[in-house]
Amino acid sequence: MNLLNIVNEIEGVEQGIHDRLNPRRMAIKGMFNFGSKVALAAMPFALGSFFNKAYAQAPGSVKDILNFALTLEYLEAEFYSKGVAANGLIPAGPALGAMTTIRDHENQHVDFLKTALGADAVSKPEFDFTAGGAFGDVFSNYDTFLALAQVFEDTGVRAYKGQAGGLISNKDVLTAALNIHSVEARHASHLRQMRRARGGAASELKPWITGANDTGIGAAVDAIYVGEDNKTQAGLDITQLQGVGGKLSADAATESFDEPLSAEAVLAIVGPFIV
Amino acid sequence: MINPKKEMLNRRNFLRYAGAGAAVTALVMTGCKDDELPVPKPDEEGVYFGSGDIAILNYAYALEQLEAAFYTKVAEAPYSGISDLEMQYLTDIRDHEITHREFFKAAIGDSAIEGLEFDFSSVNFGSRESVLATAKAFEDLGVSAYNGAGRLIEDVAYLALAGKIVSVEARHAALIRDLISNGSFADSTVIDGNGLDTSRSPGEVLDIASMYIKTPVNVKDLPNY
Repeated sequence: MNLLNIVNEIEGVEQGIHDRLNPRRMAIKGMFNFGSKVALAAMPFALGSFFNKAYAQAPGSVKDILNFALTLEYLEAEFYSKGVAANGLIPAGPALGAMTTIRDHENQHVDFLKTALGADAVSKPEFDFTAGGAFGDVFSNYDTFLALAQVFEDTGVRAYKGQAGGLISNKDVLTAALNIHSVEARHASHLRQMRRARGGAASELKPWITGANDTGIGAAVDAIYVGEDNKTQAGLDITQLQGVGGKLSADAATESFDEPLSAEAVLAIVGPFIV
Repeated sequence: MINPKKEMLNRRNFLRYAGAGAAVTALVMTGCKDDELPVPKPDEEGVYFGSGDIAILNYAYALEQLEAAFYTKVAEAPYSGISDLEMQYLTDIRDHEITHREFFKAAIGDSAIEGLEFDFSSVNFGSRESVLATAKAFEDLGVSAYNGAGRLIEDVAYLALAGKIVSVEARHAALIRDLISNGSFADSTVIDGNGLDTSRSPGEVLDIASMYIKTPVNVKDLPNY
């Protein structure tokens, strides 16, 4: 991927972006602040519809989309950096190795997007990974950390997927976004395996998403998986198609397609983690 | 389902073909009913994928056929020593690939290519090592194919569909890699120094896949770069 091409494509399409971007930055910042002000600790993930009403506008320009992506990557990069650095949190060996691999990718994504955006890159927000106290033991309880890691990755996959259409006229930017998108999916797959290995509520968890909220975490993360139980694609009911020894199952229908999320829904999900 | 705009695209293509010779005349005559013209598939040139987005969809359909055929064989005769969990995962993946295959077949409709035949003689289906190595190659190839085809898609709805499928292929790829060597889900053989996954052009993908595809294919109008 040639970064220079991406920068040129952004510059070419986004004439006069600076004027439009600043109000947009303020709007996004306001959205995050709003999220923390209303004390979401009790139901940190359940505010999707509320935010949809308050901010119906999606990121419009390529730069908006990349700054939206950058904000998510900042969040993931800092999350894993703190987790890997936390003494005794992640078991040494394969677990620490995997988290270090993922941390490095998220930091690379941050650097890549910052370089692509240049002076237009938004600055890193301040994060609160306890979400106002809802996850107070995030950096001392490995299972809490793993659960948040999984839902951040599954959210990231949905977030990039939701923005692909907005990049269709910028081929190099689109390709870069797709190449990040599938890395987030690889992360999610591995983290789901790690959680399954821990047993308990995650003992049946698969690398792919079955139905809607399959995490075993509870209703607090319903908004992250809303719509993943969709069984209709391009107007076709997948469960009416032929599988092995009968029609395709509902599980196969939902597992075989990951669903996008709007920017508003994603921002509502991550809002409680941004101070 | 395929939108009318794309049918027009097929029609133009069809009309270009219609002048090719007497052998096609019969096809023209039979193809005009109900105002729906089939994509011509001149036998001498192999299975014709069409052009534009239709060709991209048929390209994805062909790759899903390949994966589905592979995992069907894996599930029918599992390698020796397979664990219950591996069997469950590989059966799930088989069903996902069949889902993708059947979805494309139904969605592309009259413009869909026929079922292709495959050659898996290079795979030792009794060997875990051989099966998982092939699965890894197919899944990584699939991810790179969708990532690389995105820029060629014209219709935003098809791009969205490709996006819904590619992340599932990436979940497969990561799992298969972890079954081979835990922790290799996104190693430096597929992810570059910017943290980006691999993308390949259709030409690059078909070069790699061709050793498994027995049926001659005609991809001369498949968008490429």
